[in-house]
Amino acid sequence: MATLNDYLLVSGLLFAMGLAGVVLRRNIIIVFMCLELMLSAANLSLVAFSRFNPAPNGLPDTNGQMLVFFVVTVAAAEVAVGLAIIVALYRARQTIHTDELTSLKG
Amino acid sequence: MLMGGGAVIAFRNPVSSALSVVACFVGLAGLFIGLSAFFVGVIQILVYTGAVMVLFVFIIMLLDLKDEEKAAKPLLPIAAGVVLFVVFTVQLIGVLSRSPNKIAPDLSAKTLAFAANSFPPTSKIATTLSQGKLPDVHLIGHTLFTQNNLQLQILGVLLLVATIGVVVLSKRQAD
Repeated sequence: MATLNDYLLVSGLLFAMGLAGVVLRRNIIIVFMCLELMLSAANLSLVAFSRFNPAPNGLPDTNGQMLVFFVVTVAAAEVAVGLAIIVALYRARQTIHTDELTSLKG
Repeated sequence: MLMGGGAVIAFRNPVSSALSVVACFVGLAGLFIGLSAFFVGVIQILVYTGAVMVLFVFIIMLLDLKDEEKAAKPLLPIAAGVVLFVVFTVQLIGVLSRSPNKIAPDLSAKTLAFAANSFPPTSKIATTLSQGKLPDVHLIGHTLFTQNNLQLQILGVLLLVATIGVVVLSKRQAD
């Protein structure tokens, strides 16, 4: 039987992978996917906490799963807007590599 | 699932990365269902692997991306990524080894029947609970529409704003 710490460890590892991906990949789309990975890792720990810290009546705490629901919805909206921005960026610059987007460099 | 996560960073081809994210999310949905959060597991499959990743693959196709060039990658970002990963993992193991561990509280038919007492006896939730099943969707709906109604409506406005924003963003480029 998996314990709470197992789930938290998996969640943390997934988050670390997402973080490493954001730092070391140069393709904006893949950076974006890694952001999704990090959000999902946070969702996993929320669901694990909701299962392992039951509400007073003994059922899993639905408030945690509520938070997951909100996170998923906000993530979906964020992906839609972000991908629209990426497409606009690609049309303007013909590139989506973060190394070549340096117009803000001082 | 973790292998899928690792493959996301390792693959050069964006399409392979996207498909490993899908594999990772399917594994994650399995974990959710194992934690008896059925609604969240289904949402994970529908929204993430169904909608979001299809959107990603679609955009990759639209932009017609090539593989990343094999030309010498600067060592700095790779080193930074690996160092971040290692530091984070070490920290995580350090914290988890000292924090109290918990085993899952049981969700047997007896617990569920006891929990049925906290709901009105004729309600759908109470009848399902006394049959020994977990009415996950009903419970979430109950919390969503009683305690979090305002937040739900704000979320609706957020989705509307996002939709309009995306339409505006894609339209201005067309002129």
